[in-house]
Amino acid sequence: MRTNTRPESTPSSMDTTAGSVSISNVTKVYFGRQTLADKLLKRTSPDFEALSAINLEIEHNTFVSIIGPSGCGKSTLLNIVAGLSKPTTGEVLVDGQRVTGPGPDRGVVFQSYALMPWMTVAENIQFAIETVYPTMPVAQQKEIMQEYINLVGLSGAERKHPHELSGGMKQRVGIARALAINPQILLMDEPFGALDALTRGFLQDEIERIWEQERKTVILITHSIEEALLLSDKIVMMTRGPAARIAKVLDVPFPRPRKREELDQYPQYHELKAEMERHLTAEARVVEEARVRASV
Amino acid sequence: MANNVISTPAKRSSMPLLNTNQKATLLFLLLLSLFLIFWEIGARSGLFLPIMPSASQTIKDFWTWIADPFFDYGPNDKGIGLLLLTSLRRVAIGFLIGSAIAIPLGIITGLSPVISKAIDPFIQILRPVSPLAWLPLGLALMRDSEKTALFVIAITSIWPTLINTRFGVSNVDPAYLNVARTLGASRWRTITKVILPAAAPSIVSGLRISLGIAWLVIVAAEILLSGGIGYFVWNEWNNLKVTSIITAILVIGLVGLLLDRLFGLLQTWVSFGQRS
Ligand SMILES: Nc1ncnc2c1ncn2[C@@H]1O[C@H](COP(=O)(O)OP(=O)(O)OP(=O)(O)O)[C@@H](O)[C@H]1O
Ligand SMILES: [Mg+2]
Repeated sequence: MRTNTRPESTPSSMDTTAGSVSISNVTKVYFGRQTLADKLLKRTSPDFEALSAINLEIEHNTFVSIIGPSGCGKSTLLNIVAGLSKPTTGEVLVDGQRVTGPGPDRGVVFQSYALMPWMTVAENIQFAIETVYPTMPVAQQKEIMQEYINLVGLSGAERKHPHELSGGMKQRVGIARALAINPQILLMDEPFGALDALTRGFLQDEIERIWEQERKTVILITHSIEEALLLSDKIVMMTRGPAARIAKVLDVPFPRPRKREELDQYPQYHELKAEMERHLTAEARVVEEARVRASV
Repeated sequence: MANNVISTPAKRSSMPLLNTNQKATLLFLLLLSLFLIFWEIGARSGLFLPIMPSASQTIKDFWTWIADPFFDYGPNDKGIGLLLLTSLRRVAIGFLIGSAIAIPLGIITGLSPVISKAIDPFIQILRPVSPLAWLPLGLALMRDSEKTALFVIAITSIWPTLINTRFGVSNVDPAYLNVARTLGASRWRTITKVILPAAAPSIVSGLRISLGIAWLVIVAAEILLSGGIGYFVWNEWNNLKVTSIITAILVIGLVGLLLDRLFGLLQTWVSFGQRS
């Protein structure tokens, strides 16, 4: 059992009901090149409406997956929640507070790992802890760092640099870094996208285990139906872009802790899976047809 | 038929006698000896001016210089090692002054597009100027030949470092900056812990080019000075001792190569798999 070594003063460890996310009326338009100079150079591009009026309420400590056809705007939405990108209209509230920029209350696991190549595994994680808790004694920072390295199963690799790690190990460092700052909300953009099936399954189990240990609000972007069903309380299905919307939100009622091999014993598992497959293939088919029409 | 599926080991092509490196070395030695033979015959048959020594004479004199590098018989008669130390000291000081200006300026211009654009005309115009053109201006400004030499070395070695530092700082992978932002890192912390380490490979490769240029400039800069390998070249030309000049050219080349290799090592050390 882990001991919580975080000082009492950190906000997220005191308030266990924190971490609700409310997305209201969020649209995102990527503005094209339309200036006079662009027109003269004949390189104008039209505006692109990626997201159209997204509304989503996420209660604290729920695990939400977002699934949808490629290019529909999932990363765009996650970046808006993270505060890395601004919505064109609408707003995101975290615990009632409007999001104006990124902050350590929302830990982000990046799809491209985004580890600093000049820092070792330990330094990458310690950099995060030191940035978020600058007054914490170094000994305690090291303790937390070691705790999360052990948690993601990377003990022994502390002094390696990212280029010496496999993709799965890098992703685990990314997860440990996001968890180590103890954010109440964890945002993950296709964290297992680039991994082989075995590593993927192993990390999914690990995320499930970690989440059982310390509940958080999680938003996970994924392309995998099984992954969403294994991990989530709710699954948000998005329509294809442009102007992507939320098609439907599914509840996943299976009891926890969940075991991958036991899931398909629930009759609802197959219903949910079939519904998601129907949605994704329908969306993909329209995208494909549009592509074929455009190329004729 | 089924037998065809089983792969039989491809017939080994007969092993080449020499690998690429060995072939290249042999070719190098061949070219070198052809060159030396041409030189020797040319000098002996009067193809060049009489002051041009033969290859064998040059090699002999080269060896005398190299064999005893640290003798000191007064200001105009020093061993090649002492001359090199004098020059290296000047290059080091000039290069340090240049870098001390170039790196901070590169960081500032890399961080601020406005300052970068404002300073760009200066860089574009001053960068292509030959070191020789700076000499008289340096004398007019400094009234001192030693300082002038340092000035010329410094000003010509600023540009590659400045431009590379600016490039490295303004082109940090946005993913690293996003990590810093999501952690709520302060501007100062982002610069020192993220931007500078990320830009380090660019900065060092700029320094490497700058040092090469500083070493290149030393012969020109030492026209006005006494002591140093550049002074030696001009002095030996006045004495019409061409073998010494050729010796100096070879030594300058070798030292330049050595300096470049040192910075090459530094470059691999700071890049941590960011490149390659
Ligand atoms: N900076 C940008 N400028 C213009 N258009 C953009 C920009 N970023 C994304 N887009 C467009 O917005 C749409 C949504 O992009 P986004 O990256 O959010 O998709 P996604 O759902 O994450 O896709 P994937 O599943 O392939 O990662 C895409 O059509 C993309 O072309
Ligand atoms: Mg994406």
